[in-house]
Amino acid sequence: MHSAGLATVTAPDAAGAVTFGREGLDRLVEVLIADGYQVIGPTVRDSAIVLDRLDSAAGLPAGWGVDTGPGYYRLRQREDAAVFANSAGPQSWKQFLHPPRRQLWSAGADGEFRPAEPVSPRYAFLGVRGCDLAAIGILGRVLGRGAHPDGSFTRARQGLFVVAVNCTEPGGVCFCASMGTGPAAGPGYDLALTEQIGASGHWFVAEAGSEEGARILAEIPCRPASAEEAGSARADVDAAALRMGREMPAVDLRALIQDSMDSPHWEEVAGRCLTCANCTMVCPTCFCTTTEDVSDLTGEHAGRWQRWASCFEPDFSYMHGGSVRQSGASRYRQWFSHKLGTWHDQFGSSGCVGCGRCIAWCPVGIDITAEAARLAELAQQAQEEHE
Amino acid sequence: MTGAARPLAAFPVFAQLPEAELELISGTARTVRFAARQRLFSEGQPARGCWLIEDGRVALDMAVPGRGQVVLQTLGPGDVLGWSWLVPPYRWHYGATSVLPTTATELDTEQLRALAEQDPRFGYTLVLTLFEAVLQRLQATRARLLDLYGSPDDQR
Amino acid sequence: MTSADTVTVAAEPMLPVPYRVTSRTAETRDSVTLHLEPAGQPLPPFQPGQFAMLAVPAIGEVAISVSGGPEYQDGALVHTIRAVGKVSRALCDAPVGTVLGARGPFGTTWDLPSAAGRDVVVVAGGVGLAPLRPVMLGVLAGRGGYRRVLLVAGARTPAEFLFHRELDAWSARADTEVELTVDRPAAGWDGPVGFVTEPLARLPLDPERTTAFVCGPEPMMRFSAQVLLRKGIPAEDIRLSLERNMQCGIGLCGHCQLGPILVCRDGPVVGYTLAEPLLTIREL
Repeated sequence: MHSAGLATVTAPDAAGAVTFGREGLDRLVEVLIADGYQVIGPTVRDSAIVLDRLDSAAGLPAGWGVDTGPGYYRLRQREDAAVFANSAGPQSWKQFLHPPRRQLWSAGADGEFRPAEPVSPRYAFLGVRGCDLAAIGILGRVLGRGAHPDGSFTRARQGLFVVAVNCTEPGGVCFCASMGTGPAAGPGYDLALTEQIGASGHWFVAEAGSEEGARILAEIPCRPASAEEAGSARADVDAAALRMGREMPAVDLRALIQDSMDSPHWEEVAGRCLTCANCTMVCPTCFCTTTEDVSDLTGEHAGRWQRWASCFEPDFSYMHGGSVRQSGASRYRQWFSHKLGTWHDQFGSSGCVGCGRCIAWCPVGIDITAEAARLAELAQQAQEEHE
Repeated sequence: MTGAARPLAAFPVFAQLPEAELELISGTARTVRFAARQRLFSEGQPARGCWLIEDGRVALDMAVPGRGQVVLQTLGPGDVLGWSWLVPPYRWHYGATSVLPTTATELDTEQLRALAEQDPRFGYTLVLTLFEAVLQRLQATRARLLDLYGSPDDQR
Repeated sequence: MTSADTVTVAAEPMLPVPYRVTSRTAETRDSVTLHLEPAGQPLPPFQPGQFAMLAVPAIGEVAISVSGGPEYQDGALVHTIRAVGKVSRALCDAPVGTVLGARGPFGTTWDLPSAAGRDVVVVAGGVGLAPLRPVMLGVLAGRGGYRRVLLVAGARTPAEFLFHRELDAWSARADTEVELTVDRPAAGWDGPVGFVTEPLARLPLDPERTTAFVCGPEPMMRFSAQVLLRKGIPAEDIRLSLERNMQCGIGLCGHCQLGPILVCRDGPVVGYTLAEPLLTIREL
């Protein structure tokens, strides 16, 4: 995604679509690396599909699918060699744009504060789904706007090349359709691929979404997609929208949450929630950080670091003597009400993209869509009692 | 200090009281003046009188062995002083001393009690009115108990 | 790869600039006022109500409101700090000559100009008087531009008032009404004894032309605002200064959220219309 305002990202039309075979994907990775990009993509490691640096397309998770559910994620071997037929793994692209740990500054005995050297390779993200692409956009609104944008994030995103993937195989915990972020990837990509595998072979429909995308695409042997081919790809994605694992209730969540701040439901969830913060770590839009000061033994050389933080941490809201949010109920309410409610007030959109990671990686299987539905149900009951 | 006594309705505590009730209470009222450092009453004495302070300052105090006369609270213009006359044992629980020269409207509480007994509806209104003043005093006292200005070390 | 990178990233907003302690005054047993001057580039001028992130290298960084007046517009900073944690304690202990880090100005202002021509009521609880001192100094520097000026300040005991000498000077002024009250008296104290809401409740105020500036512990601000509302002052004419955990001060770390607002960006000064529903939700 290039800096806003530089490259107009037009909605792709069938006329611009091309196709290439499986070897085209290998060529794509080669071209990106040769062009100086550090390619990051999915790969199998530690019984999961994680995001890591790829030296070639051979590292992609060909033939791997996933089974997901509340508190559940397992790899499974597919019968075909599909590369992108697996839903979100435990990591998201935010770790590259908004690193878990980075130094802010160092100070010497001379009293000078020196900024840490920015270390931002030019990334090419390969395999960004609609949900995750929307998440990058949301992070951009949080970290890249306002009076004091985060320079490290902005720099990392400036040179970013995004190869999005339109989802044809949603997972058991996915609900991007009801959040409006998928299964088709929204605007903001340089290239978008739709994987097609079956009797016709293994091939991709590709569309450029920017000048840079078109330039890279031109280096890959391909041919224009026929109307049938483009249509088949689109149909697969449309069908995926109907096979979502779950959905967020179609209510005004912001208003619902605002009216539910005193709901007994928070105590109920607190009886299950371990405040382990897994959800915030795997969430592609959670952005909170905490600063840490370090020094050497002499105390003359000091430094300040920034690390990921979570509103579930007991000290997150600490203020002279104690934390404002001490109970588990108040901390769960904070995460939930921020993600689905006050995010709108603060940043102009929902904070949730429907990737489902928080559901899969919650050790007790708390389902954000079920909790939202329960709140809506309680609100409905309360209203009926009033009448 | 000269001038007419402040009308009862001007005191916040009686601001919402209907005309008829105000008339009844006014009938028991007279203006009094205290010099600075004058003891109005002492703890344990029979509780007679209720004062609506017009200006000046009155301190509520209590003798604490080893600490002398400890000031618990000061009252100023608009405040009501004294309500132990309303309930048994009809004795002052604290003492009161003027800090500054003070002018107040004093109500004859024996008359007020008699009026309240004759006319329970008036009595109810009178008690509710005073209750509101007591409630606000209590809330402010509780706020002091919270020790909000204390440092975190003090709270442990 | 596009060459025209039009996104210009401003000087790293998390990088402090060095400021040297030029004077240090102990206000009470645990509060100190520091005067700081730039050791290099000065920061832009701070308005009343705004805060700086003050860093003690190797120890940490905290958000402190400015407590200085309009005379400190040449890059110098004045902050009154209470030692409540390891960073604030280090700041309070910093001897003259220490180089600290400073970032700012951040946050919303008390917006004094909007109170021009009106009665100004300042309600301070404890160290809440520090962020309000610039309001008093600003109002008194242009005294003719305001009608009545009233200050009600509460402290735990007489010894714990900040800015003793200034409070005496303001009390002595004929054009300023000052009520100081303590939670607990000490020997020799002849002044009011009672929570700050009590002298506040006694003040005759004109609801049509009063602007109130309130600062102190959150329950004290709520109680004071309730007293002002009872006197008919509209909620939009009551301003509070809020406080929350801050790690960045610039809307990026997420710690200072209070429901829909970020205290560092939408506060710390907020109107009571916005604050009231938020302050009544437990553990928000």
